[in-house]
Amino acid sequence: MSEFFQHLVNGLSLGTIYALIALGYTMVYGVLKLINFAHADVFMIGAYTGLFSARAIGGEGEGSYARAGAVLVISMLVSAGLGMLIERLAYRPLRARPRLTALITAIGVSFFLENGAQLLWSPDPRRFPRLFESHTFFLGNTAISSMQIIAFLVAVAMMAGLQYLVFRTRFGLAMRAVSFEPSTAALMGVPVDRTISITFAVGSALAAGAAILFGLQYPRVEPFMGLMLGLKAFVAAVLGGIGNVPGSMVGGLVLGLAEEFVAGYGLSSYRDAVAFAILIAILILRPEGIFGRSVAEKV
Amino acid sequence: MKRLIGLAAAALALCACEKKTTSPENTTGATPQPAATTAAPANPAPSSDDVWRVGEVGSLSGQQATFGQSTHHGIELAMKEINDAGGVKGKKFKLTTYDDQGKPDEAASATLRLISQDHVQVVLGEVASTNSKAMAPPCQNNKVPMISPSSTNPEVTAIGDYIFRVCFIDPFQGTVMAKFAHDNLKLNKVAILKDVRSDYSMGLSKYFTETFTKLGGTIVKEASYSQGDMDFKAQLTELKSAQPQAIYLPGYYNDVGLIVSQARDLGITAPFMGGDGWDSSKLYELGGKSLNGSYFSNHSTNQDPNPKLQKFIADYKAAYGEPPDALAALGYDAMRVAADAFARAKSGAGPDVREAIAGTKDFDGVTGKITLDKDRNAVKPAVVLELQDGKQVYQTTIAP
Repeated sequence: MSEFFQHLVNGLSLGTIYALIALGYTMVYGVLKLINFAHADVFMIGAYTGLFSARAIGGEGEGSYARAGAVLVISMLVSAGLGMLIERLAYRPLRARPRLTALITAIGVSFFLENGAQLLWSPDPRRFPRLFESHTFFLGNTAISSMQIIAFLVAVAMMAGLQYLVFRTRFGLAMRAVSFEPSTAALMGVPVDRTISITFAVGSALAAGAAILFGLQYPRVEPFMGLMLGLKAFVAAVLGGIGNVPGSMVGGLVLGLAEEFVAGYGLSSYRDAVAFAILIAILILRPEGIFGRSVAEKV
Repeated sequence: MKRLIGLAAAALALCACEKKTTSPENTTGATPQPAATTAAPANPAPSSDDVWRVGEVGSLSGQQATFGQSTHHGIELAMKEINDAGGVKGKKFKLTTYDDQGKPDEAASATLRLISQDHVQVVLGEVASTNSKAMAPPCQNNKVPMISPSSTNPEVTAIGDYIFRVCFIDPFQGTVMAKFAHDNLKLNKVAILKDVRSDYSMGLSKYFTETFTKLGGTIVKEASYSQGDMDFKAQLTELKSAQPQAIYLPGYYNDVGLIVSQARDLGITAPFMGGDGWDSSKLYELGGKSLNGSYFSNHSTNQDPNPKLQKFIADYKAAYGEPPDALAALGYDAMRVAADAFARAKSGAGPDVREAIAGTKDFDGVTGKITLDKDRNAVKPAVVLELQDGKQVYQTTIAP
């Protein structure tokens, strides 16, 4: 039984990471109907930014919450900037073109970031520093570290903040308007370009947040780390209903739990297969995702 | 029209290349591959032979980059010493090195390039058995001897009579750890966590299990992971519930570091045990303190007082600023064994060099005396080391 709870804890902590990355896919898709495949590599850059800023702030050994917070903020800001830059240079010039063009560009940007990182920082894996001391608590036989609890709380806070941003602020209103009908929104005085730019910034900042929380628990950073994680977060987004914010969170958690339980109960080599089996199943059975609404497309 | 013919020719050439590069994937090597064998006469070696041409393929970048770099330094150092001493038969050695990024398909095409373009007379490499198995068929088919410094999977040299190695093999290495766990640590309940994507890891697990159960121990649980995974907690939770006294983890350092630290996060206190794939300074960087009290088997240790080894350690430190690991020592020995064979060979042609390498007997290397058996494997003892605060503490030597 303790094994079951341990898998539950592990699955939740992995799932929140997937959920945070999935939110970035969902936001961009919601507004632009574009799958931003470079998103996972923004996550990777976020992890490297965290690594370097932690070193710059100093104290490889002893960590503190203040340092962890500073690293988190720096990393989120850098990634937000990168997200805006990618949108400005790679997507905006092609916005009037067919959607496939933007998709191909997204894959190009992804390759550019991955190989650029490999060129700059070498393909060697590096250790992500421990930003603060973690204690492990035992509930019966189930281990929960303070790191996991903090990561979970920070992730939940980020998601709640995003929910507030989208549904309770003027920017959120603008974002939803653009997502609904960009040209009409523009006629109503919504600054479309700026709204899209900020959407990218917010999504990328969340990816960086996920990267720091990921680095704390899985302390290995390498140029291609976003590849598999990004694909899985994408599956999570599709599972929850791409374009739907709460759906992505649920999708992430479901995927994380499914993986841990499958890997934990004897089929450890099938953990990657689970994610893609879920993707296939959802596309066949309910293509709009758990929370999505099917929209009849005008022909 | 001319352009069309040119294009067709290029396409044909491409097809031929395609064939050659895919052939090594046939790891059994039993069937001859005409596409690869015809490559040699089509590209005759340059006639002005004023150097011995040595080729090297290694993971200079990628997941196992420290392996490739250590080995490369070892080879380079040996070659420099030999050349400074005047070379062999008045000719110096020239090294051509290609990076395979740790990928088997890259290793195979780099080997073909060494053979058909650079006309090397001997190929050195790889560390990872999966990559060596990809390199062996082109070497065998083109009659170019290959010496692997540190691939321990038995199937590597089984590919053909041109393939050699200067290290021991997995059946022995797996046995060493099983014996050590049973005899020295007095354990009888061990769990295994193996990498399903590595020939090396699967081989070691198999031989460990065989010996350990024969000695009366039990494998309480077995789980697996895939190279490059990030999250291992599910498997570790499963192993934890079986309450093993130790966990045998025959993987490569970059995964091992992460696995052991995640195990400690889950409250697993049992020591881990592994093989020579652990031998990298990166291991301590990734795993840190969580590795304390774990054991691994290796080819040699810098604590060995053997004067030849100590001189090598000093020279290596002077050249590269850090102490060598066992892989550097094996790279050094591989190059020395090749040079020794060139000195005894009738000529620099493949079959003659092959003959000379096969006759290597009691060669005094820095990792011990090297004698190649009829299966072209070195027969050597192994050492067991314990990790304490990033240092390797010598435990015992286990002879074959």
